[in-house]
Amino acid sequence: MKRTTITLVALLAGLTTANAETVAPESVTFEEGAVAQSLTGQPGDAMSGAKIASTKSQGNCIACHEITDLADVPFHGEVGPALDGAGDRWSEAELRGLLVDSKRTFEETVMPAFYKTTGFNRLGKAYTGKAHEGAVEPLLTAQQIEDVVAYLMTLK
Amino acid sequence: MKTYGIAAILAASTMIGANIATADESAELIVNGEIEIVTRTAAPAHLSDALDEVISGWVFRSDQTQEMQGDDFDNPGMIWVEAAEEAWSTPEGEKGKSCADCHGDAESMAGVKATFPKWNDGAEKVYTLQMQMNDCRENRMGAEAWGYDKSPAINMEALLSSVSRGMPVNVAIDGPGQATWEKGKELYYTRTGQLDLSCASCHEENYGNMIRADHLSQGQINGFPTYRLKNAKLNGVHSRFKGCVRDTRAQTYKPGSDEFIALEMYVASRGNGLSIEGPSVRN
Repeated sequence: MKRTTITLVALLAGLTTANAETVAPESVTFEEGAVAQSLTGQPGDAMSGAKIASTKSQGNCIACHEITDLADVPFHGEVGPALDGAGDRWSEAELRGLLVDSKRTFEETVMPAFYKTTGFNRLGKAYTGKAHEGAVEPLLTAQQIEDVVAYLMTLK
Repeated sequence: MKTYGIAAILAASTMIGANIATADESAELIVNGEIEIVTRTAAPAHLSDALDEVISGWVFRSDQTQEMQGDDFDNPGMIWVEAAEEAWSTPEGEKGKSCADCHGDAESMAGVKATFPKWNDGAEKVYTLQMQMNDCRENRMGAEAWGYDKSPAINMEALLSSVSRGMPVNVAIDGPGQATWEKGKELYYTRTGQLDLSCASCHEENYGNMIRADHLSQGQINGFPTYRLKNAKLNGVHSRFKGCVRDTRAQTYKPGSDEFIALEMYVASRGNGLSIEGPSVRN
């Protein structure tokens, strides 16, 4: 009984800590398109970021961007610029801002905002074509954003 | 005699890992060795701020897909055209009339498809070809309307398109239908869904570019109804619109809705000058 209580307390404490450090989509602070503060306070995992970038149901970055480092995954798109050297061209804060909401940097871009939950027109329920109901999840989680930022920073 | 594919200059793909048959952009489409199809032409005046040239979706497809449309024996869409030819002369409804009783041969309808959607004076609204077909069914035949983009309607639309092949799309954008056209234009440029994309995001700003394994076209609809290799059937233009809107992670409009009627009118007018191709073959 006592042990259960202690475990529960520890678990709640852990959750509270995680919540305190995760920046919600509506609370992200931009400075000229860039986001300096980590969304999670945890370092990103570049390996995971590469997976997210090349996975269709996740970031699917290669749908529009060519990334030579991911050449083993077929079919890279041409809609956006190639991301080779992204870690040289952009700072970490700028890359984070581009992933969270690229329209803060490029107003007219066709690139979706990956960490945004408000301001959509006719928001649907994923790819069903039906109307969305309930809480809106961003396209990627805070940690997934951090992972992709970490991966892009390796592209030098 | 195959005009397409001759002296094909395959666009060298610089894409990583891409092993896709890219389109021969200099190919010409002549159906059955006799119907010349205009697949590229100067953009209509109303579009000249945005595009210099309008290009049929046929140009963006692989050589194999292009070739299927060059001969009716190779075009799977023609199976449903044949089904519609039978329906054309089959009496239906309380008045026991067929299409043929009033119109004669389906070939007499050559040119009709090219002007739709267009204003209908009696109904005081813009009619798509399917709406005109249903007007005939309900008022002249005493038959039930066909469901929007359902097989009987799509098949008949494909028949009426097939007899207009080679004729230029010529949708009026002024006159009483202008307000509907303006509404369609607004929809074309309005972003939707969590991906926040408009028709223009892909089909005006990025045609010719690859998006993953798809070669983005201008989204022209001169080839509808379209046989898609993807689902092996004839597809209506409203159903295709619905799929596109859905893919922006948006709540879609319905086939036959006022929004899609307006959008069809506007998008059709973006192809003014291209040839009617339906039933076309796409991927």
